[in-house]
Amino acid sequence: MTDKAEYRLYVKKNSPRSPMVRSLFAAFVVGGLICCVGEGIRDGISALFPSFSEEEVGAWTTVVMIFLGSFFTAIGVYDRLGRFAGGGSIVPITGFANSVVSPALEYNREGVFFGICAKMFVIAGPIIVFGVVSGIVVGIVACLV
Amino acid sequence: MEVFLDYLKVFAVGGALCALGQLLINKTKMSSARILVLFMLLGLVLEVAGAFSYMKEFASSGVTIPITGFGSSIAKGAIEGAKEGGALGAVSGGLKAAAPGISAVVFFGFIFALVFRSHSKKI
Repeated sequence: MTDKAEYRLYVKKNSPRSPMVRSLFAAFVVGGLICCVGEGIRDGISALFPSFSEEEVGAWTTVVMIFLGSFFTAIGVYDRLGRFAGGGSIVPITGFANSVVSPALEYNREGVFFGICAKMFVIAGPIIVFGVVSGIVVGIVACLV
Repeated sequence: MEVFLDYLKVFAVGGALCALGQLLINKTKMSSARILVLFMLLGLVLEVAGAFSYMKEFASSGVTIPITGFGSSIAKGAIEGAKEGGALGAVSGGLKAAAPGISAVVFFGFIFALVFRSHSKKI
């Protein structure tokens, strides 16, 4: 009887975890860590520049995170991270930076004008469009209410 | 200890949002652009509903570093613009709030694409 239970435990311990659990876990850990990096940058900026308002600190944090996302995409690290972390690297703002810089790098062989500039928003275009349109809708509704 | 607890909250909430994104990818095979748009709209709706500020108070960067924070600042900017600048403020407030992020992404994207070469060697 104990042998059976032991064997079941052994199988459970040694069989590969399903990709579902593994991918969710990887996304959770990496995404959480990226958010912690952002929190660290936020704390650092508000310690360095105590005169900044909360909005200013938030905006600069976003800019620094986008810089980091762009840089690690440019040196090829972010895409390797993405293969492991999936949603953990897509959902944070660094993933937005990745979605812009990645095609820009990919197409730079087609020239600055029709390569980099034209193809920069191949993936991120919908985000900008949805953001602007929904912002206008919210603004107009807020104006009328 | 206080600081550790703050970071734990950031980690848990931020991680949970990312895991939710991964769950959507696993279940529906959504592309990353759709995930980003969906989460941005989620942040926008939560901001309009008034729930986002409470979430921000609780988890700080856990909700503002995911793209939900981008959507929330668009909604916030649009509402503030409507209150202060009338019709023009209402239509420009959202983009104004998103401007630092969009400017940064265009600027760094352009510079890095000029300097670096793509790492995918498939083509």
